[in-house]
Amino acid sequence: MRINSVKSLTRAAGRARGERKRLETEVLVCAGTGCLANGSMDVAEAFLGAIRRRKLEARLKLGFKTTGCHGFCEKGPLVIIQPQGIFYKGVKAKDVKEIVDQTLLKGQVIQRLLYRDPNTKQRVEQYAEIPFYSKQHRIALRNIGKIDPKCIDDCLAVGGYTGLAKALTEMKPTEVIDAVTESGLRGRGGGGFPTGRKWKTCREAEDPTKYVLCNADEGDPGAFMDRSICEGDPHAVLEGMVIGAWAVGASKGYIYVREEYPLAVKHLQAAIEQARERGFLGDDILGTGFSYDVQIARGGGAFVCGESSALMKSVAGEVGEPRAKYVHSVIRGLYDKPTVLNNVETWANVPWIITEGAAAFASLGTKKSTGTKTFSLVGKVKNTGLVEVPMGITLREIIYDIGGGIIKNRPFKGVQTGGPSGGCLPEGKLDLPVDFDTLTEAGSMMGSGGMIVMDDRTCMVDVARYFLKFLVDESCGKCVPCREGVHQLHQTVNDICAGNGRPGDLERIEALSDVVVKASLCALGKSAPNPILSTLRYFREEYEAHINDRKCPAGVCRNLFTFRISPEICNGCGLCAKSCPVDCIAGEKKEVHVIDASVCTRCGACRNVCPTDAVEVI
Amino acid sequence: MSEKVVNLEINGRGFQAREGMTILEVAKREGIPIPTLCHHDALEPVGACRLCMVEITHPNWRGWKGLVTACLYPVEEGLQVTTESQEIHQVRKTILDLLLARCPDAPYIQKVAAEHGVTATSFKKNEVQTVCILCGLCVRVCAVKGCNAIGTARRGIRREIAAPFGMPPPDCIGCTSCAHICPTDAIPWEDVNGVRKIWDQEFEMVRCVSCGRPIMPVTQLEFEAKRAGISPDYMTTCPACSQQKTLETIRTAFTIKRPASEDAVEAAS
Ligand SMILES: Cc1cc2nc3c(=O)[nH]c(=O)nc-3n(C[C@H](O)[C@H](O)[C@H](O)COP(=O)(O)O)c2cc1C
Ligand code: FES
Repeated sequence: MRINSVKSLTRAAGRARGERKRLETEVLVCAGTGCLANGSMDVAEAFLGAIRRRKLEARLKLGFKTTGCHGFCEKGPLVIIQPQGIFYKGVKAKDVKEIVDQTLLKGQVIQRLLYRDPNTKQRVEQYAEIPFYSKQHRIALRNIGKIDPKCIDDCLAVGGYTGLAKALTEMKPTEVIDAVTESGLRGRGGGGFPTGRKWKTCREAEDPTKYVLCNADEGDPGAFMDRSICEGDPHAVLEGMVIGAWAVGASKGYIYVREEYPLAVKHLQAAIEQARERGFLGDDILGTGFSYDVQIARGGGAFVCGESSALMKSVAGEVGEPRAKYVHSVIRGLYDKPTVLNNVETWANVPWIITEGAAAFASLGTKKSTGTKTFSLVGKVKNTGLVEVPMGITLREIIYDIGGGIIKNRPFKGVQTGGPSGGCLPEGKLDLPVDFDTLTEAGSMMGSGGMIVMDDRTCMVDVARYFLKFLVDESCGKCVPCREGVHQLHQTVNDICAGNGRPGDLERIEALSDVVVKASLCALGKSAPNPILSTLRYFREEYEAHINDRKCPAGVCRNLFTFRISPEICNGCGLCAKSCPVDCIAGEKKEVHVIDASVCTRCGACRNVCPTDAVEVI
Repeated sequence: MSEKVVNLEINGRGFQAREGMTILEVAKREGIPIPTLCHHDALEPVGACRLCMVEITHPNWRGWKGLVTACLYPVEEGLQVTTESQEIHQVRKTILDLLLARCPDAPYIQKVAAEHGVTATSFKKNEVQTVCILCGLCVRVCAVKGCNAIGTARRGIRREIAAPFGMPPPDCIGCTSCAHICPTDAIPWEDVNGVRKIWDQEFEMVRCVSCGRPIMPVTQLEFEAKRAGISPDYMTTCPACSQQKTLETIRTAFTIKRPASEDAVEAAS
C-alpha cells in the first residue's frame, strides 16, 4: 500500500487511471454541502439502489461516485453523466429511475432536467457549454467535481501527488521557493502577500524547528471557497502543504478548520489518514527521507481567529486574539517558532505550479496578480455559486457573463467584494480588472473572494450598517479603537438608517474611521471602516438623502420612505393586495390599487410581486 | 535580550539602547513622556489601549512612516521616533474620547482625557457604562502571580473581565493584586471583621500573631508559602509588627552587646 518511490507512484496512478478507463459511463452526484442540503444524498442512494438492483455496473460498465461541490449550488442537486458531459440540475430521488431508463440505458437526454439559460431561455445539455462554467478557468478547483474526495486513488488518477514527487526528487527546497516566487503566487486569504517571499524568510529564519500551517477558518459570511476545496479536493491542500514544508524545512503542521465545517473536517481527516498510509505524509515521505506530518486543529468559528496571530494562539490552545506583529510570524509564529501560514486556496495552487511550471501560472492573470482566483458569487445575480476565474477578468464579465446578470434584469447598483471589511464598488467600476491592487486602489479589496451583487433596491447605508454589525460582533475587543470605535461607527450608521442622522455625522464618521484605521491592533480593526468609507466614497448622496431629507431612496430603511402605487402604471392585477400581510392594499380587479400608508409596514412584499413595477418609493 | 547596542533617534535626539528594548522603555529611561494606560513595567505589554502610539520611520524606508505602539515596538538600528505630532494627538484624543463614552464616570479617565484636552466625550455614551477600560492589567498580574483566576469573557463591545463562567473564581487567593493594579479602581473589594470580600467570594484572614490585625487571606498565605517553599508560620506577623520587632532587635543588639544574630533567632522564634 505504501508508495515508496516516484516509480511506484506512477504505477499506482496508472492502475487508478486504468480502473477509470474501464468504465464506459460514469454518474457523478454532487455531494458538496449545498447539494447535500438540497437532498443529494437521497439521489445518490437512489442511484446506488438502482445500480445494484438492475446490475448496471456490469451491464453498462458503469461507475458511480459522489463528488465535491461543482459550484452551482443554487441549482443542486447536480448530476453529471460522463463522458457525454450531460448536466442535470435540481435532480430529485424520484428522477433517478427516469435518468437510468432514458439516459443511461437509451442514451436520451431528459430535457426537463437540463439547465435553462435565464437570458436565452435555451436548454443547455453540456456541462462545458453552460456560460457559468465556460468562462471559468479552474486551477485551485481543478479536480473538484471530478473526483471522489474520499478516495485517494481517484485523486492519484488525476495526477495527485505528482507535484510533491517532483519537488522532493527533482528540486532543491530553494528551487521550490524560486518556482513559487516566479509564479507570482500571492496569498489567497486576503492579504495578497507574495507566497514565495514568505517561504524564503521562513526558510532563512535561524530556528531549525519550523511549522507550516493552513488557514481554513474562512469566517467571511457567505464565503465557501475554502470549504469547497477542503471538502472536494483535500489532497490538493495536503500536497501543497507537504511541498511547502519541504521548501521551508518544517516537519510539523496544522490545518485550522472551523468546527462549523463538519464535512471539511471529515474529508480532511480521511485524506490525512490515507496520505499517511500511502507515504505522502509522516515519516520518510515517498522514500526520500523527508518527514512532515499534519494535524487538524479545530476552531470555534470566530472570524478573528482567521487572523494569522490569533489563529496561531488558538492552535496553541490559548485565547484566539491577535497580537502586534512587529516581529512577523515567519520569524516568530506558532509556539514562537518560524511559521508559514497560507490559505487553503493558496495551498491548492502549489502542486499545480510545481507540475505545470511557474511560467504557466504567471502567464495567467495580470502582471502583479497572476493565476486565478475563486469567488463565491452571491446576491442579486441569476447564477450564484463558486467560480474560479483568471485574475484581471472584469467585474462585468463575472457578474454578467458568468453570473448571467441581475435577477429580473433590474439595474445593477453595486458589488461588494472582499468580505465584511471589503468595500462596495458602483456601476462605473464594473470594467475594472479584478486583481489585488486595482481593487484596493478603488477602495475595496480582493479579500478572500466574497462577491455580493446588489441591485437598485439595495440601500448602501443599510449595507454598511450590516457589515459593521458583523464586525462589531466579531471584534475580539482587545484594543480600544476596534472595540469602541467600530461600535461608535455602527451606532452612528444605525441612527442614520433609523432616521436620526444629524448634520456633521458623515464628517465625524470619516474622522473616527481615520483613527480606527491607523490605531487598531490587527487588520480586522484596520479594515473595519471600509464598508462605510467605500460606500461614502461612491454613494455619498444616499447618506445625505437619509440625513438631510430623511429619505431612503432605495426603499429599505423603514422609517424613511413610504410605498405608493403609481396610478399610471398599475394594471390592477391584484397581486400586491394578495401578497400584503397586513391587508392594507385596496382596489377592484383591473383598477388602480391603493396602499393605506398608515397601516403599511413597508415590508416590500407588494413591490416584489408587482409585475409592472408600479410600486414606488416616495 | 540581545547584548547588541543600537543607535536610534527620539524626537531628533540620538540615544543608544540594547536591541530588542521597546521604544517605551528607552523613552522612559530618557524621561521622554509617552502616555500609557495598559502598560506596567512588571508585566508583558499587550498593546490594548493604543494610547502610546508614536510615529516611526527609518532612513532606509524610502520615506515610509507609520504609527506603532511604543510599548511593543522593539528598537532597531537607525530607527527614528517622533512622540508628538498633530496626527498622534488626534489618535490619543480620539482614544480617550472613546474611553470617556465607555467610562464617563471614571475619575482617572476623566483626568487623563483632560490632560489631552478632552473634557467630555463627543460620542454617544455607551449603553452599558462601566469604569473598566479593559486594559487587562488585572488579568496579567493574576497570571504573573501564578493564579490565573480571572480572564476576559465575550467579544467586542461586550468583552469583560470575568471569572470563569461568572462564578466565584476557584483559583482566586484573595490577594487583591488585580484591584491594586487597576488604574480606574474598577475591581471592588473590602476587608471587614477579618474577612476579605473580592470577586463574590469571602476569604478568612490570618491575624498577626503579635497585634491580632488581619494580614492576608489564609488562601494567600498558603499559596505564597508554598510558592516560596517555606512554612506558612514564617509569615504570620504583619509588616508593621515585623518592622517593630526588627527595630527592637537592633536596639537591644546595640545596648546589650550581644551578637545580633542570636536576637534575630529569638525574635523569629
Ligand atoms: C480578521 C481577519 C480574518 C481573517 N480570516 C482569514 C480566513 O478566514 N482565512 C484565511 O485564509 N485568511 C484569513 N485572514 C488572513 C490571514 O491573517 C493570513 O493573512 C492568511 O491566512 C495568510 O495566507 P495567504 O498568504 O495564503 O493568504 C484573516 C485576516 C484577518 C485580519
Ligand atoms: S500602553 Fe501601549 S497600547 Fe496601551
